[in-house]
Amino acid sequence: MWIDRVVELERGKRLVAIKNISLSEEHLHDHFAADAARNLPATPVMPFSLVIEGMAQTAGILVGHANDFAEKVILAKIGNASIDREPLPGHTLRYTAEIVQLDAAGAATKGVIDLFDHADPTASWQRVGSIDLMFSHIDANRSGHTFPEHNFVFGDAFKTLLRTSGVPVA
Amino acid sequence: MNRDEIFSKIQEVLVDALGVDDDEVTPEAVLTADLGAESIDFLDISFKLEQAFGFKIAQGELFPDNAAQNPDYVKDGLVTDKGLAELKDKMPHVDFAGFEADPQLSKIGKLFTVNALVSFVENKLQTANA
Repeated sequence: MWIDRVVELERGKRLVAIKNISLSEEHLHDHFAADAARNLPATPVMPFSLVIEGMAQTAGILVGHANDFAEKVILAKIGNASIDREPLPGHTLRYTAEIVQLDAAGAATKGVIDLFDHADPTASWQRVGSIDLMFSHIDANRSGHTFPEHNFVFGDAFKTLLRTSGVPVA
Repeated sequence: MNRDEIFSKIQEVLVDALGVDDDEVTPEAVLTADLGAESIDFLDISFKLEQAFGFKIAQGELFPDNAAQNPDYVKDGLVTDKGLAELKDKMPHVDFAGFEADPQLSKIGKLFTVNALVSFVENKLQTANA
């Protein structure tokens, strides 16, 4: 999972989740590893693609929850994504997602990212980006393709996150 | 709202949804072949039209829904007479004139032009004001 906890949930409208970035995350050791040939030290930065995934999980849960997780909610399109600051180990990211539109076929969401720098004694949440996404309810896809009946999107990892965040799930 | 005004708003929608330039969005431009729209973009376009014009679009109202899976509507890669009649009935905003002579399913995407969207919105607004 790329979020640690759901901290606010307003059904069908808004969901806020946080992500604590830790140096124990293996990918940070490769992004970016030291490069002896170019005399560059290791520089652990959370990849922006994973920041987008964090927002996709935040917004995806919001969309799924609106229909009691009956729909298979798949990220279909990234309409806009801008991030102005590199998220580093020790930072906390806060994703706020809102539903712009929701219907039988899917949903459009807009979202903002705030960053808290624990190393800064005067730190407060700083707005660092925005991400707008589209989701498809894949059982309602236009091509008529069918998918397995069980909801493989919202699996055990999602259920654990929701339960430990105090969100009731069946 | 006249057709020019509708076209202008649709141009904005398509620039936003498809990342194309203003001048690429001509009335004759085909959403898929000319503007690069893929299947998920059709949902995006529907959502953005709803927001821009303030009406709801039902699934299958603007673009055909699962027509290719219906054996009554498509046979051997060709849209049947029954399928064509159904499409024409459900989609008065689409100009089927050239398609009827050679109704290959693979060519159906070419019917969905910017002009078809303008006609769709025009019909919706007229119905709403009727």
